[in-house]
Amino acid sequence: MSFLEVRGVNKRFGGLQALDDVNLAVEEGTIHAIIGPNGAGKSTLLNCFVGKLIPDTGTVTFDGQSLLGLKPHQVNQVGVSRVFQTPEIFSDLTVMENVIIPCLAKRDGAFTLNGWSSVDAQADIREKAEQMLLDVNMADKRNMQAASLSRGDKRRLEMAMCLSQDPKLLLLDEPTAGMARADTNNTIDLLAEIQEKRKITKVVIEHDMHVVFSLAQKISVLAQGHVIVEDKPENIKGHPKVKEAYLGGAH
Amino acid sequence: MFNKLDSNDRYMMIFFIIMVLAGPIILAPFGAGYPDLLQRFAIFGLFAIGFNILFGLTGYLSFGHAAFLGVGSYSAVWMFKLLTMNVIPALFLSVAVAGVFALAIGYISLRRSGIYFSILTLAFAQMSYNLAYSVLTPITNGETGLQLTLDDPRILDGANATGDIPSTNLFGLTMNSTYKAELLGMTFQFNVGFYFCAIILILGFYTALKIFRSPFGLMLRAIKTNQTRLNYTGLNSRPYTLAAFVISGMYAGMAGGLMAITDPLAGAERMQWTASGEVVLMTILGGAGTLLGPVLGAGFIKYFENIFSKINDNVLHAWFSFMPESIENLLVGVLHFFVGKGWHLTLGIVFMLVVIFMPGGLVEGGNRIYKSLRRRFGNADETQAAE
Ligand SMILES: Nc1ncnc2c1ncn2[C@@H]1O[C@H](COP(=O)(O)OP(=O)(O)O)[C@@H](O)[C@H]1O
Ligand SMILES: [Mg+2]
Repeated sequence: MSFLEVRGVNKRFGGLQALDDVNLAVEEGTIHAIIGPNGAGKSTLLNCFVGKLIPDTGTVTFDGQSLLGLKPHQVNQVGVSRVFQTPEIFSDLTVMENVIIPCLAKRDGAFTLNGWSSVDAQADIREKAEQMLLDVNMADKRNMQAASLSRGDKRRLEMAMCLSQDPKLLLLDEPTAGMARADTNNTIDLLAEIQEKRKITKVVIEHDMHVVFSLAQKISVLAQGHVIVEDKPENIKGHPKVKEAYLGGAH
Repeated sequence: MFNKLDSNDRYMMIFFIIMVLAGPIILAPFGAGYPDLLQRFAIFGLFAIGFNILFGLTGYLSFGHAAFLGVGSYSAVWMFKLLTMNVIPALFLSVAVAGVFALAIGYISLRRSGIYFSILTLAFAQMSYNLAYSVLTPITNGETGLQLTLDDPRILDGANATGDIPSTNLFGLTMNSTYKAELLGMTFQFNVGFYFCAIILILGFYTALKIFRSPFGLMLRAIKTNQTRLNYTGLNSRPYTLAAFVISGMYAGMAGGLMAITDPLAGAERMQWTASGEVVLMTILGGAGTLLGPVLGAGFIKYFENIFSKINDNVLHAWFSFMPESIENLLVGVLHFFVGKGWHLTLGIVFMLVVIFMPGGLVEGGNRIYKSLRRRFGNADETQAAE
C-alpha cells in the first residue's frame, strides 16, 4: 500500500461533479504533483485529505490510517501539514512566535492548559524555532510582525511553520500562485533545498505546470474532476491528453 | 515570587503593587480617596482584567459577563447567610459557581463566533437576569434583592449576642473598619475592605500577567489572529476558547463576590446588559489586549461616573456665579445635560474620542505621549546641531 492512497473519491457540489472517481498513489519520500487547469478540482481534492471536506464516496488512507472523518487539527497531529494557496500565518504575531506555535503543537498536542510557565522559558522550543528560521534564512526577521513581511517571505514563513513540525506529509496548494517570477523561482529553489535537507513526502498542487517539472517525481493531471494521466514528468510534457485538457480548459 | 519574570514585567508588577496599595494616599487629593470608591476601582479593575483575557487576548466579545458578576454576588451572600461571615469561603464559592456557569454558557455560546457569539452571551445574560426576577426568587429574593437577616443560620459563627447583623470579616478583622489619618489638612482613609480587594486585584493581575506570557496565552492570541491556521497547525481551538471563557467568568465571579463582601447584598440589576456593556467600555477605553489597560479603563470610568454624576445644577450655578446672570443660565442649561444623571452623555463623547483618535485606548495614548516626549528631549541636541 502506498504512503498516501486515494481510492474512488467522488465529490459533488449540487449539480457539479467536482471530483469524479479519483485514484492516486503517493510514494514515501517523493514529490507528487497534481496539475490541472483552473476549476479542475485540485483544491477540492486537497480539502478531502485534511478534514475540510468529506468525499461522497471513496477512501483516503495515509500511512495505513483513514483520514476521513478527522478534524483538521487531528489530521495535522497524525503528521500531515498544509500550505495554503494564500499564505495563512498569524499576522498579528512576530515571526518567531509564528514558528513557536507549531513547535508547541508538536510537543504538547492539540490542547494543553499551560498557563503558568513562560514561553521564553521553553528552551527546547526556542532553540528549535531559531534553527528553523536559520534554515529558511529568516533569522534576521524574527522580531518583525508577520503582517509586515513581503508576500514571498510570508510564503517562506508558512513553509517554515509547517516544516518545524517535521511532518510526514506536506501538502502545498499552489505555492507560487499570484507570485512574481522572481518569487516563484525563489519558492521553487526553497522547495528543492528543503527536499535535499529533509526527505519529506510532498503533494504539490499547481496550475502552472512549469513549476513542478523540475521538482516532482510523478505528476497526476486532473481535468474536470478526473485524473486523466499519471506519469513521470518527462512523459507528461508532450502527452496529447494533457495538451488538450489545458487548451480545452483554458477559456 | 517574581524571579521568573523578565525585568520589564518585574518593574511593571512592582509599579502596579505600589500604585494599588498607595491608592488611598494617591487618590485622596482627587477626591477619590474614600473606601467606597476605592473598593469599586479594585473590584471593577479585577472584572475588566478577566474580561480582557477573553476579549483582548482571544478576540471573543462577550456581552453577558455581568451574569457571572451577579452569580458571584448571590453565592457570596448565601455563604454569609448559611455558613459564616468570614469572607474566604464566600469568595471561593463565588468563583466556583461562576466557573460552573461560565462552563455551561461558554460551551454553548462558543459554537458560534463573531456577532453570533456576542448575541448568544447577551441572550444568556438577559435570561439569567429575568430568571432572577421570576422563577428563581426563592434563591435571589427577586426585586428586594438578597439580604442578610438576623435569623440566618450561619452555622459556623457562634450565637449572635449583640442583636445586630454581623459584619463581613477576615478571621475577625471586619471589612468595614477604617483607619483614618489626618495630614496636610487632608484625611486619608485606610479601609480593611479596600485592602482585601486590593490584594485580590494584585493576585488577579499577576495571574493575568503569567497567562499573557505563557504558551496558553500565546495560543489565545493566535486564535484571535488566525483560527484557520491554528487548526491546521494541529491545535484544537475549542478547548482553548472555552478555557479563556471560564477563566474570565471566574474573574467576574470573584469581582461579584468582592461586591458582596464589601456590601453584603445582591440584586439582579447587577446582571443587566448595561453592566455587561460597561466592562466592554472599560476594556476598550483602557486598551484591549494590554495588561494595564483594563484596570486604567475601569478606574477612569468609575472615577468620572462618581465625579460627574455628583454635579447638579446648584453646583454648576456656584461655579459660574461670577458671570452675568444670562450667560450663567445659558452655560448651566447646556452643561446640565452632561452632568448628574446625564453623565453617560459625557462618557459617550469621551469613548468616541478615544476610539477614533486612540484606537489602542489610554495605554496607547500614554505610549504615544511617552514616545513624543522622548523624541523631543532625547533628540534635542541633534536638532539644535542640525539647525
Ligand atoms: N464549496 C464549494 N461549493 C460549491 N462548488 C465548489 C466548492 N468548492 C469548489 N467548488 C467548485 O468545484 C470546482 C473545482 O474547484 P477547485 O477544487 O477549487 O478547483 P482548482 O483548485 O483546481 O482550481 C469548481 O468548479 C468550483 O467552483
Ligand atoms: Mg485551487
